Amino acid sequence: MAEGAPANLLATGTPSPPAGAGEAHITIRGLSKAFGEAVIYDGFDLDIPRGRFVSVFGPNGCGKSTLINLVAGLLEADSGTIRFAGKRLRDTNFGYVFQNYREALFPWMRSIDNIRYPLKFRNIPRAERSERVERLVDRLGVTLDLAKYPYQLSGGQQQLVSIMRSLVIEPEVLFLDEPFSALDYEMTLFMRDQLQALFMDTRTTMVFVSHDLEEAVYLADDVMLLSRGPAEVADYVTVGIPRPRTAATISQADFVRIKAHCLDVFQKTVRGA
Amino acid sequence: MDRFGPLTPLIGVVGLLVVWQFAYWVEVVDRVLLPSPVAMFAAVWHGMTGGQLLLDFFRTVERTSLSILYAGLIGIPLGIALGSSIPVYRSVEFVVDFFRSTPASAVFPLFLAISGPGDATKIQVATFGASLVILFNVAYGVMNARKTRLQAAQVMGASRLRVLTDVMLFESLPQTFVGLRNGVSLALIIVIVAEMFIGSIDGLGHNVLDNQMLFEMPRMYAAIFVAGALGYGFNLLFLLIERRYVHWSGR
Ligand SMILES: Nc1ncnc2c1ncn2[C@@H]1O[C@H](COP(=O)(O)OP(=O)(O)OP(=O)(O)O)[C@@H](O)[C@H]1O
Ligand SMILES: [Mg+2]
Repeated sequence: MAEGAPANLLATGTPSPPAGAGEAHITIRGLSKAFGEAVIYDGFDLDIPRGRFVSVFGPNGCGKSTLINLVAGLLEADSGTIRFAGKRLRDTNFGYVFQNYREALFPWMRSIDNIRYPLKFRNIPRAERSERVERLVDRLGVTLDLAKYPYQLSGGQQQLVSIMRSLVIEPEVLFLDEPFSALDYEMTLFMRDQLQALFMDTRTTMVFVSHDLEEAVYLADDVMLLSRGPAEVADYVTVGIPRPRTAATISQADFVRIKAHCLDVFQKTVRGA
Repeated sequence: MDRFGPLTPLIGVVGLLVVWQFAYWVEVVDRVLLPSPVAMFAAVWHGMTGGQLLLDFFRTVERTSLSILYAGLIGIPLGIALGSSIPVYRSVEFVVDFFRSTPASAVFPLFLAISGPGDATKIQVATFGASLVILFNVAYGVMNARKTRLQAAQVMGASRLRVLTDVMLFESLPQTFVGLRNGVSLALIIVIVAEMFIGSIDGLGHNVLDNQMLFEMPRMYAAIFVAGALGYGFNLLFLLIERRYVHWSGR
């Protein structure tokens, strides 16, 4: 394997993060999912530790979106179990941020009402709903005009609204499927730092799918590298670089080495498939 | 070529009037068959300020409005019901499409046999035609609701019913308005034809036919003009309502 890789290299297919990573928050056992002939997952096991930022990286079509859609209940597994600290999904407070914010927000509602919407399904008094939104706005230091409709905002602002909508319920888990891939570079950099600050502030367990390796490593406590057909964990890499990470982090030796290692594993799994 | 700014659309109008007046002067057609635009507008003015034309206008507005109201009450809920269940939609798609393709005028005799030659028949046939158009469009709009939006509501905890009322309904609104606008055009066509031929004593269709038989050409043109303006007005009305309440459409 790669020279100078971090010491936590595990045998291919090992389901768990390194020992000592803390209590498992999401436990996946024996997960199987096929679309017709195509087997995407076959007896897949995984533990995602609580309070960590886990990036999921892998080749196109390997099943990254399928994984978080299965975990978030948007897809039904053929078999297997998924538990959140022992609980089922429906007893779990979770948020989901879609890649396509334009199609995920409700354009008939003002941004503020979009953010407030999920509170309708949680017995929260009306007065407290507004309070929660205000608290969230304060915490994020958002300066947006939330009275605007989503289509009156820029792409980054829309995705910010979409992220706020997933945060207002104070989730214990947040799923993000390539949330920044439709944004321009400047906005992406800004949003990465927003997300990092948010994570440092709340320590919400995050499962973040990205097709940008630099971004995946930059944000992650752990990078999960997936292989293709059926998907396996090719490697589970811990990124020990302290937060907050900044633009300078990207040229740091540790960062460069971890990224090179991930790329190496990625290329081996893609070519191997 | 936008040299005339907001007045650009008027160029066509003025052009038409000039050509018409010119055709009248040089007598392209017999002057009895083609009166001058001035004579027509005089007849419009005369008829719409307390004449028979105004009464007929109101009768046609009333019949068409009732038809589109009933058609909406039938077509919108049915369209939502059909569109929100793919198996149900597939099973009745052919039947709905068949009736929608059937010229509504072909079912006049049927409705006449059932309801007699009164007002009810005209409204029933217009409702029949318009509701199918609306139903189809609403079902289409519901079926083509953005999947991500439905999923977003689902992950936020919305029940199936809430997904329907909070998302699908709004998602289908732009297409619903397409259905309403097409429906009202069709309803107006059916009402006017019915007023001409199905035992009528009033309405714009009756007015046109009556004046044609009396050879009152300026009045006949006036009634045609008012019918055209009415169709245009209905369309504009729905467009304005749409722009006001479906502000996100196309954005
Ligand atoms: N609803 C579906 N029906 C049939 N096949 C599907 C469906 N959803 C996904 N697939 C297939 O399953 C595989 C995994 O899809 P998935 O969207 O999870 O990939 P991904 O890793 O997210 O890829 P990308 O990097 O392109 O987002 C792909 O080959 C895809 O074509
Ligand atoms: Mg994907």
